[in-house]
Amino acid sequence: MAPKVKLPKPGELSKIEFKNPATDWMDTPVEFKPGTYCWGAKEKDLLTLGLPNPRQWSPADEDWKIPDGWESTIIEGIAERLSKYRSFKVFMDICVRCGACADKCHFYIATGDPKNMPVLRAELLRSVYKKYFTKSGKFLGRLAGARELNMDVLKEWWSYFFQCTECRRCSVFCPYGIDQAEVTIIGRELLNLVGLNIDWIAGPAAACYMKGNHLGLEPHAITGNIESMVDDIEDITGIRVNPTFNRKGAEIMFVTPSGDLLGEPGIQTCMGYLMLFHELGLDYTWSTYASEGGNFGFFTSNDMAKRLNYKIYAEAKRLGVKYIIGGECGHMWRVLNQYMDTWHGPADFLEVPVSPITGTVFENAKSTKMIHISEFTADLIKHKKLNLDPSRNDHLKVTYHDSCNPSRGMGLLDEPREIIKAVCNNFYEMPENTIREKTFCCGSGSGLNASENMEQRMRGGFPRANAVKYVREKHGVNMLANICAVDRAALPALMDYWNPGVGVTGVTELVGNALVMKGEKERTTNLRFEDLPGKGGNE
Amino acid sequence: MKVLFSFLAVILIILVATMGAFITNLHYVFGIIIPYLAFAMFVGGFIYRVVKWGRSPVPFRIPTTIGQQKSLPWIKQNKIENPTSAFGVVVRMAMEVLFFRSLFRNTKTELREGQNGPELAYGSAKWLWLGSLFFHWSFLIIIVRHLRFFLEPIPFAIQALESIDGILQIGLPAIYLTDVFILVAITYLFLRRIVVPQVRYISLPADFFPLFMIMSIAISGVLMRYFYKVDLVAVKQLTIGLATFQPVLPTGIGPMFFIHIFLVSTLFAYFPTSKLMHMGGIFMSPTRNMISNNRMVRHINPWNPEVKVHTYEQYEDEFRDKMKKAGIPVEKE
Repeated sequence: MAPKVKLPKPGELSKIEFKNPATDWMDTPVEFKPGTYCWGAKEKDLLTLGLPNPRQWSPADEDWKIPDGWESTIIEGIAERLSKYRSFKVFMDICVRCGACADKCHFYIATGDPKNMPVLRAELLRSVYKKYFTKSGKFLGRLAGARELNMDVLKEWWSYFFQCTECRRCSVFCPYGIDQAEVTIIGRELLNLVGLNIDWIAGPAAACYMKGNHLGLEPHAITGNIESMVDDIEDITGIRVNPTFNRKGAEIMFVTPSGDLLGEPGIQTCMGYLMLFHELGLDYTWSTYASEGGNFGFFTSNDMAKRLNYKIYAEAKRLGVKYIIGGECGHMWRVLNQYMDTWHGPADFLEVPVSPITGTVFENAKSTKMIHISEFTADLIKHKKLNLDPSRNDHLKVTYHDSCNPSRGMGLLDEPREIIKAVCNNFYEMPENTIREKTFCCGSGSGLNASENMEQRMRGGFPRANAVKYVREKHGVNMLANICAVDRAALPALMDYWNPGVGVTGVTELVGNALVMKGEKERTTNLRFEDLPGKGGNE
Repeated sequence: MKVLFSFLAVILIILVATMGAFITNLHYVFGIIIPYLAFAMFVGGFIYRVVKWGRSPVPFRIPTTIGQQKSLPWIKQNKIENPTSAFGVVVRMAMEVLFFRSLFRNTKTELREGQNGPELAYGSAKWLWLGSLFFHWSFLIIIVRHLRFFLEPIPFAIQALESIDGILQIGLPAIYLTDVFILVAITYLFLRRIVVPQVRYISLPADFFPLFMIMSIAISGVLMRYFYKVDLVAVKQLTIGLATFQPVLPTGIGPMFFIHIFLVSTLFAYFPTSKLMHMGGIFMSPTRNMISNNRMVRHINPWNPEVKVHTYEQYEDEFRDKMKKAGIPVEKE
């Protein structure tokens, strides 16, 4: 692969030119600058998934090895999707280019590249749609904003549809609700028809398909990783928790992104789950087969997403559980909330979730029978079922980052906040325009959290990081909480780059630290084996 | 260049209109045939486009949730921006269609150098919202006012609307507020396309053309009302004739009328082929018009595809030994 690229200093990256190129966007060729794009999908992964045109290729090469006749593949692909998705058809037709979305996109704010304005990103595809599917485009051509499909256009699509994290922030501000995520999703489907994916998506998707999770952890590796967490929990609390795997007849199946099973601070979030469930005496099981809540298929095509999502209900059925609890993850919940039931429902073999501790009936999940860990925990806290000592988190000044998907594809906003407020004494919100439904992406969502595009990731996360910087300077915030595995993987690098000294944590890790378990020993460290505040001296 | 092209196109249309207006032999074509054709194209085209959209299904329920979901009873749901009832959706859509709710959220992002490095700031930016709101509402009121040319007797509501619109009672005939508003608003919408670099960069000829068209329609209307007056009785004879499908062509109407009606006809005919269809499209936008009850009620995808999956049996076959060694229960020993 290409040599490692040096990441520019923050001072250089934050010098953003909002100057438009001298040439019209249709005449401005796409540039592939190392550090700003991801590697191409590998041959073996496309073979595993049975996706078209498997081959070794590199975006840096002139020849992308696309089979002859690809133009008609794409045009037919567009036609098919126009007939399948009203969203696509309507969004192609009604944009008035008012520009309200422009400076709402983190990639535009941080690059100044006009093709990163959602409106223009959509126009990259809309121009081709107009040429081949509208009379005005056919006859008036460029005057109607239409253009021919050629290899340069295809490369431009690949570049910019993989510079969109499908975060939906533009859709909040669009007067017609045009959702660039929808356009990007379809754009990526079209690219996949001719074998144009990125390695960081195709790799995890292939691993997930065969082994059950994006990290490719085989069954014994999953139990092994969790066993070592169990050991750590014992060291810290003196209590040995006892998780089970693939156990038939459990009441609940727990599914979380595999990112929680490997690497910090994911594993601490996972320790939080283990401790919480043990403390409650919850009758639950893990599954090594349905060992992934996330879905990188969603960043490939809707069919691929459906193929990967299949395992969750299939495994719940096989194990005979009553319902499913899902862990902290962003796009996982977009998929579970807005797609899973449609793909693989009705889940009539499951029951409407009822908290065995509080008796709360989760009517909001009466069809999918899957609830979010934050809903479950917020309910426990409201009913005072947890013995919590928030002072154990007193060394933390916490702010909360809403992940894009639970915010704008679900509306899970207050539940995690209720939890944080119960387990921490110092909680500060970031500025209003950067949280809740207007939250800024981590810059690495939708499969873009690779390492070769680090410069672009640091750019994309700049608006988020800048809002953290604000509360850091104002309140001394030193911990960024979230409910997303991609956040936990991506934000530490982002904080190190823009706000060194700010840590990243899953909300359930904070819960695990504050949770006073029955019969636990006096804790001296938190789940990261760092000394707890005020536990050194005698107070 | 993009601006110039659209401008010249509209000038050409005005020239054609002027020709029609001054050649009496063409009055029947310009006053009756073209308006009928244009109206037919508008209605037919509009319906065609909406039906075409409607023929594509909505495979997934994908509302953009812009507020707290319905979950636990003590957490306050945002019933409008994350609606779980049809009523909530109706209110949400009404807010969008009537008051441009989402555009009201607009902010302006600024990057500035703070004490400790770069700062991003998000300021309020309501001008686009205000300009659009004034433009669309003025346009609507003007169209409703024009119904007096097609109805006899003129309904009270329209008379009342007219008198409110002319409430300032400046000049004779009285200046309509909406005439002023629409001209100011459309000038603003045009200027921001020229002045704001980002908006200029994304603008197409197809964005300037309707602006110029509507501008020239408004100007020709104003000119006709205040400066180059036309015989209103004759105009009404013609318009009532059109409305009742008994077209008549009175003489001596005055050329400005023919210019005005030709421009309107052009806009009507152009409408269904253009971005102006956002008028219909906004009602069809799945991110706004769907009930956000995804986990409560299953949404059906009519083309839900069969896909290839990796089953548990295949998984266990591959990993059985490893599973057994790790103490994980298996189906087949």
